[in-house]
Amino acid sequence: MTLVQKDAPLDVVPPRRWGLAVAVGLLLIFSLAPILWQVLTSLKTNADIAAVPNVYFPRQLTLEHYIELFRRRPFLRYMLNSAFVASVSTLLCLLIGTPAAYALARLRLPGERFILAGVLIVTLFPYILLFLGLLELVRTFGLANTYLALIVPYTAMNLPLTILVMRSFFQQLPRDLEDSAKIDGYNTGQMLWQILLPLTLPALVTTGILAFIAAWNEFIFALTFITRESMKTVPVAVAQLSGTAVFEIPYGALAAATVVGTLPLVILVLLFQRRIVQGLTAGAVKG
Amino acid sequence: MNTTLRDQERRTGWWLLTPALLLLLLVYAYPIARSFGLSLVTQNLGTELQPVFAGLDNYSRMALDGRFWQTIGNTVFFTVVSVILELLLGLGIALVLNQAFPSRGAVRTIALLPWALPTALIATTWTWIFNDQFGVWNDILLRLGLIQTGVNWLGDPNWAMWTVIAADVWKTTPFIAILLLAGLQSIPPDLYEAHALDGATRWQSFYRITLPLLLPQILIAGLFRFAQAFGVFDLVQVMTGGGPGGATETVSLYIYATIMRYLDFGYGAALVVVTFVILSLAVALATWGLARLRAVRAIGEPR
Amino acid sequence: MAKLELRNLNKTYTPRVVPLKELSLNVENGEFLTLLGPSGCGKSTTLRLIAGLEQPTRGEVRIGDRNVTHQPPGQRNIAMVFQSYALYPHMTVYENIASGLKLRRMASAEIQQRIGEVSQFLGLGELMQRKPGQLSGGQRQRVALARALVRRPDVFLLDEPLSNLDALLREQVRAELKQIFAAQPTPVVYVTHDQTEAMTLSTRVAVLNDGFLQQLDSPKRIYVRPANRFVASFIGSPQMNLLHLKCEGGFAQLGRCKLPLPSQVTVPPEVIFGIRPEHVRLVRPEDQQVLQGRVVLVENLGMSDLLTVQVEGTQGTLLRALLPPDQSWSGKQISLALPPEALHWFDVQTGDRLPDALP
Repeated sequence: MTLVQKDAPLDVVPPRRWGLAVAVGLLLIFSLAPILWQVLTSLKTNADIAAVPNVYFPRQLTLEHYIELFRRRPFLRYMLNSAFVASVSTLLCLLIGTPAAYALARLRLPGERFILAGVLIVTLFPYILLFLGLLELVRTFGLANTYLALIVPYTAMNLPLTILVMRSFFQQLPRDLEDSAKIDGYNTGQMLWQILLPLTLPALVTTGILAFIAAWNEFIFALTFITRESMKTVPVAVAQLSGTAVFEIPYGALAAATVVGTLPLVILVLLFQRRIVQGLTAGAVKG
Repeated sequence: MNTTLRDQERRTGWWLLTPALLLLLLVYAYPIARSFGLSLVTQNLGTELQPVFAGLDNYSRMALDGRFWQTIGNTVFFTVVSVILELLLGLGIALVLNQAFPSRGAVRTIALLPWALPTALIATTWTWIFNDQFGVWNDILLRLGLIQTGVNWLGDPNWAMWTVIAADVWKTTPFIAILLLAGLQSIPPDLYEAHALDGATRWQSFYRITLPLLLPQILIAGLFRFAQAFGVFDLVQVMTGGGPGGATETVSLYIYATIMRYLDFGYGAALVVVTFVILSLAVALATWGLARLRAVRAIGEPR
Repeated sequence: MAKLELRNLNKTYTPRVVPLKELSLNVENGEFLTLLGPSGCGKSTTLRLIAGLEQPTRGEVRIGDRNVTHQPPGQRNIAMVFQSYALYPHMTVYENIASGLKLRRMASAEIQQRIGEVSQFLGLGELMQRKPGQLSGGQRQRVALARALVRRPDVFLLDEPLSNLDALLREQVRAELKQIFAAQPTPVVYVTHDQTEAMTLSTRVAVLNDGFLQQLDSPKRIYVRPANRFVASFIGSPQMNLLHLKCEGGFAQLGRCKLPLPSQVTVPPEVIFGIRPEHVRLVRPEDQQVLQGRVVLVENLGMSDLLTVQVEGTQGTLLRALLPPDQSWSGKQISLALPPEALHWFDVQTGDRLPDALP
């Protein structure tokens, strides 16, 4: 739904509207230009890519970089790795985080203020502070080059957001519903599963998308815990693509990889923009 | 019956909470606690990777480590400049998106896009844009006649940090814009109408109503971004690797190199501890400020 | 059905927040008891204590011969209708009504039969496969009732069930509620802040204020013989006139009018005098005591006029009187009578009703 301000007479467009139009135009260019440039690059021949001065629109469209990605490199494998790790950690995170969020929203536990504060503070610490300790754990338990080495930290790193967002959704639910369920004879588990879960489905989708995006994008753990080529995730694989050939960086393939690697996320954003915004603001503002 | 319903409820609560708490402790608390312990030993190639108790040696070494201070300086510069730019630009975008115009929903979606994309991939995109030979940024500036020859943006110590900041601003401004937009939308329109009836101009409304009421959101967004920017890793690692000549090396890159390249675990742990402490102090300070602001607001409200 | 008994119930959150103090009362089979009071008086807390949604700090809740104080709500065999109706939005009407029965592992044939009866009784037949979101307010209310009735519980609890309906519908549903619950023997506890609902529906009313039980009586006696100043002012609309008067020799002095105090009273120096506006009338020839006054405000209520009269011979004492309309009262001097049988007397310190001879 877009609200249109009261219509000004057609022949006199007030300067404010012009200013707004320019601002919106600049915003679109700002947000889209780098992405579009990458898309264009990925469709150019190597000759066009290396042309000076730049060739803006490809003289000849080519899919060679995409083909290279999937034929000569295991890019599909990277995609599958990322998809698997991100999906599993997202599901786990919802599975563990949602009950915790409910407990913090409703069950009046002693010390819940401290737990909440802790959860909130934890979101502020960058992963670089964690990777040394986690690296040791990964080595101790022999988890290097396994999916588990990524799934566990990804689940944990998305937990605070999940707990905060789900808690705020639970708090918005009418309490009467739960009281009514208790009187009907539901126990806490049944109530969570049969009454609250169906109601929080939208919230779960929102949180799940945020968690999925974060897990798909994670870099430092994936870089450190995974060294085997066949286990790498997209961000690390793409970042290392530029480092492989010292003399000739494969710009076309890099651009194609960026396009393919971001595509799932672009689709998610296009489909769920509203939910993402809700989730982000619920997670941050409640703090 | 000895157990009351309240006890049962409490017990259920702990059952629901425990898995999450354990996982958080394992992945957040343990590594940091472990770093504290490890920072008191020397464990590097010199000790054949065996821990040797060293007291506070790592910390005194840090005091004299010019590279450490250089990276702290770089990190602070990067953090302060990028967060300020992001807040300003984010506020601007939020104000634009808060206006009514056709297909606002679509514009909002597009504006959100950069936030969702993987930093590591975005870093390669910006590396390509700022490429010294084939980069489109040089091409545009050349065509506009603003420069005579291509600038080596990422290779020039004077420009490299600004280049990284530009990429970071592009990537994370949407996040701030979204938070501030939510704040803008929560300001009741009658405030503006009442103010306008009092004869206030748009600028006066912005300074007297929008900014003060948006301050909590600005501070929260700023705090979030501050913490994240202070630990920036992916972007710098992929774009410059800390170069040229350490001009863009941030603390997190130094920590990573100390541990992964020089295998100096004790010293790396000490770096982690110091970064953790600096960040904690900054966060505590900001939280205190925010709490005070809220307290003042709460007193000022019922009038 | 079973008798409900509350023994010395107390609920304390913090030393300062004590929503309920020493409440004891019984609700017999077939009784319709209303907990009435302003918001924050403890009525909702009481209901939640009965339901088991909260635990008393002290005291007991008994249903029949069972002490249910420490039983979870699901085991108490009670049913509750919520102000918001609390229908499960993702279930159909049928599933909503059936949910409590299914959890008790009732055979589905019996569930069907019971729901059939209730839905016919309440006229829900065509709505069974709809979701609550597709129902009107009145229909939702009815489904919530059905969900309670179908359970055949030991006690019915209703928490302001009419307050989410618009005014017209409310009167209609009120009448229906009266019929429904008159037709069955289970005790009902009904919470409301609306005195009309309390008066029309209940067999007994418990007026609560500030966590204390103020009066527990039939609706009629609560109106006719309010136990204290609070009940007197809370029940009745427009509000009872309550005036601080000086006493002298068995009479209280209001303007030039001498009002006889109840005979048993050892005459206090001061007293609180009350009379309902609807009991004030225009003077008749036989009246001995006459109150003179000047009308300062007229509020037209349709079937009568509410006059605010400044009493002559006082320093601005105001008395409100409900008189027949269609006269130009404004600014007039009028003579009023205060029938002795309609007078109420309360202690200045305690606010309690002074003992009187009337039954």
